[in-house]
Amino acid sequence: MASGAREEILRRLRDAAPPAVPLPDARGVAARFADPVAQFEAAVAAVGGTAVRVADGPALRAEVDALAVRLGARRIVSLVPAAGPGNVAIDALADPHELEGIDLAVLPGLFGVAENGAVWVNGAGLHHRGVFVVTQHLALVVGVSQLANDMHEACARVAALPRGYGVFISGPSKTADIEQALVIGAHGARSCTVFVVSS
Amino acid sequence: MSASLPVVQAERSHAERAALFLKDDARVHWHDQAVWFVRAKRDRAAGAVPEWERLRETAAAIKAHTQARLADYLEEFERNATAAGARVHWARDAAEHNAIVHGLLAERGVTRLVKSKSMLTEECHLNPYLEARGIEVTDTDLGERIVQLAKEPPSHIVLPAIHKKKEEIGELFHEKLGTPEGLSDPTRLTEAARAHLRARFLAAQAGLTGVNFAIAETGGFVVCTNEGNADMGTSLPPIHIACMGVEKVVPRLEDLAVFLRLLARSATGQPITSYTTHFLGPIRGGELHVVVVDNGRSAILRQPEYRRSLTCIRCAACMNTCPVFRRSGGYSYSYTIPGPIGVVLGTARDAAAHASLPFASSLCGSCDDVCPVKIPLHEQILTRRRDLARAGLQPTGKRLGMKVVGIVLRYRAVYLLAGAVARFLGRHLPRPVVYSRWNVWGRQRELPPMPRETFRALYRKEKEREHG
Repeated sequence: MASGAREEILRRLRDAAPPAVPLPDARGVAARFADPVAQFEAAVAAVGGTAVRVADGPALRAEVDALAVRLGARRIVSLVPAAGPGNVAIDALADPHELEGIDLAVLPGLFGVAENGAVWVNGAGLHHRGVFVVTQHLALVVGVSQLANDMHEACARVAALPRGYGVFISGPSKTADIEQALVIGAHGARSCTVFVVSS
Repeated sequence: MSASLPVVQAERSHAERAALFLKDDARVHWHDQAVWFVRAKRDRAAGAVPEWERLRETAAAIKAHTQARLADYLEEFERNATAAGARVHWARDAAEHNAIVHGLLAERGVTRLVKSKSMLTEECHLNPYLEARGIEVTDTDLGERIVQLAKEPPSHIVLPAIHKKKEEIGELFHEKLGTPEGLSDPTRLTEAARAHLRARFLAAQAGLTGVNFAIAETGGFVVCTNEGNADMGTSLPPIHIACMGVEKVVPRLEDLAVFLRLLARSATGQPITSYTTHFLGPIRGGELHVVVVDNGRSAILRQPEYRRSLTCIRCAACMNTCPVFRRSGGYSYSYTIPGPIGVVLGTARDAAAHASLPFASSLCGSCDDVCPVKIPLHEQILTRRRDLARAGLQPTGKRLGMKVVGIVLRYRAVYLLAGAVARFLGRHLPRPVVYSRWNVWGRQRELPPMPRETFRALYRKEKEREHG
């Protein structure tokens, strides 16, 4: 059944195809911001997250510690060495179901996107890809020099990476499915703090 | 208040089903406002992007190019997806699609499946198919879970439970999830659903998602959600099945950027969804299956007048702006997808079954203006009306009426006579006769007062006064 279906569908699509037209240059419609860092921080706030500018590694660690205290987070995963080690070794978890019960995950963002506050997180280093969504709270760390203006730049950067699973995360999990009322914390992280590190 | 709306009944016309919704006037106004609120958010988001119109044009051009080479791009996608460890399956129609999904689950002994939103699986009626074969299916998008618990179909493609009031959801959750009686606070209801669904995610043996965009050059595909339900459902269980229509493929990552900038802004006024996940290859130690489905899409591609409807990215902006959708509700449409795009897709699939849908439009063209990929929706709806008339699929009353109007407009003498008769009767006929059951237009409206003089007479008089 399956192989016959494949050939038949492809043949139907070829028979039905309209005349060819050229593929446009999709990068010619860029957004440009005078101050991409300020725009990124405003965008993170607009999507329900919190952007925090930090000077360096030690300052990051102090901020992450303070965040953990504020959230009352007991079980912490950190995949950002400068932010501290956390107290749950994610690579020691045999099964992704053991992610349940993590209070805070601190994950490295490869870059941020000024136009929408999204941060690209690579799947390769996560050990369990679901950590960003199963955790109760999420902190992302991104370098201030690693900001793309818009999705055109962002997708070009993704294209330059080794191919693999990855995710743009823009703010915390949310829903407005009950009478359009915005509720933060639908299934995934109840909060999303983005640390923008200057050096 | 009658809480439960009737389930879609294909044999009824749009007007008949809309009449059921219109019985509750307060609810109609509430629904209108709720949907318009989303349209207003979309306007603010689109207005904040100076290059918005060029983005739309670029998106339409990418889709036009891709349509001409769909088979090539699907082959490229399959090659790259397979190289990354996915298995690609092909389904000619809904029956094959359902059989493939069920086969995959049954072979692996899966009895508990979590799903994130997929209009394709709605179209194929996958849930009842799996449930009849002993598989527990949990829809995990909050809106979809609400309508699933209520045993209703979604009434909107982005906001499946937009027709339900929070008190009704509170009642439903009290009955099904054991929340306190009378609870109607959206935050607390969402919290209850979070706990209920997290247990389902943790217990699931497989996760099923739709596909927003498949990328030929990488073999990856993207799923967009705000809740993170697609991510929960694909990162805990070891098996991920993704179902996509053949039209979902785009050539390159740089094309994806254009659509991601348009989609969430058009749908909800957000700059991007909370999670935009690029799936490539299975979870460690697990499996990834992609089911590519035709189910009538190639037949729509073959029709030059309607093929652009296949470029839809399912943002729902056309229904949010539609004056008919806002006031008649999603259940007034006989097709799975309501609103202007549903009218076009439904009739392209089966014109006779959905013959009343093209008349659920004022042809105002607002849908064309908001469509992020520039589908000429109101033109396609008008073209469909013509095709229905040619195929003899209009209701008898409409066909005869149009015939009469055709004669009146064709002959000057008949036109003048008809005008004189109408003016006379309009002034002198008793009200019950004018507003008889045959006057459909007058059911909710007052006719304008009939003038004594025609425009022609007034115009002639004015000319004479000027020159005299």
